[in-house]
Amino acid sequence: MTFTPDTLYALIAAVLFAGFVAVILLGAVVAVAARSLVRNVTGLALSFLGLAGLYYFLHSPFLALMQILIYVGAICVTIMFAMMLAELHEESRSWLMTVLAGVGSFVAASAFAIPLILMVRRSSWMPASSVQTNPGTIEDLGRALLTRYGFAFELISVVLLLAILGALAVARSGRKPNS
Amino acid sequence: MNFIHWSEQLNVYLMIGALLFAIGIFGFLRHRTLVGMLISGELILAGASLNFMAFGHFRAADPVTGQAFTLFIIGIAAAEAAIALSIMIAVYRNYRSIETRDLKEMEG
Repeated sequence: MTFTPDTLYALIAAVLFAGFVAVILLGAVVAVAARSLVRNVTGLALSFLGLAGLYYFLHSPFLALMQILIYVGAICVTIMFAMMLAELHEESRSWLMTVLAGVGSFVAASAFAIPLILMVRRSSWMPASSVQTNPGTIEDLGRALLTRYGFAFELISVVLLLAILGALAVARSGRKPNS
Repeated sequence: MNFIHWSEQLNVYLMIGALLFAIGIFGFLRHRTLVGMLISGELILAGASLNFMAFGHFRAADPVTGQAFTLFIIGIAAAEAAIALSIMIAVYRNYRSIETRDLKEMEG
């Protein structure tokens, strides 16, 4: 195999892609299988970093940045803070129960995964649309958010506001004044 | 070499999304604490958003559709995480535990 710049770039891109996929799957497995909750959150952050890489491959760098900013930067850090506030940890249970729960969950998850993957392999999707109405850049995304999806956009902001107020109300109730 | 063109195939993305979804289901069933279940729920949402992004990029006439939907999923997930964590802190304050088996005051 000769290395012209084109094949070299394709090879580098493929290796990067495989690396991102490995990071996603590794992080997801750590997020669900590790014993301590801190490791679970770290695995989740790792998985989301890999997912941001895949978003780059799907030609949407804006979504990749949002993924890192919101998921890794906000949600994972918030979960970590909540764990520190409440000293959350999983208590160990008996060896037999751990194995039984693991096997049962694995069987149930396979019952979802295997049909899904078979369906993806066998189905032929509708052909790609021949006409693209826009190139899908950040400008197009912003224009769509403020015109066609304007109502949903505003509704999301109301949902976020209510979530902030609700979180404050729920977390404050029952707190004693001097403790 | 087939490996080179993986990043340009719809099926590869769909399979990664399906695997993320299944791993999330696995964690949701296996974990016994509310935090663990929240983390698994985020993984399930991530699998769904990857599917939307892949279809939006490879099949849709308007590639903005998938991106906008994924942005909305991210926003909803942020709201969900905030509410779930505040409920968790309230539960911990009352029960001194977030294990799901300890939360059985309303058990019949």
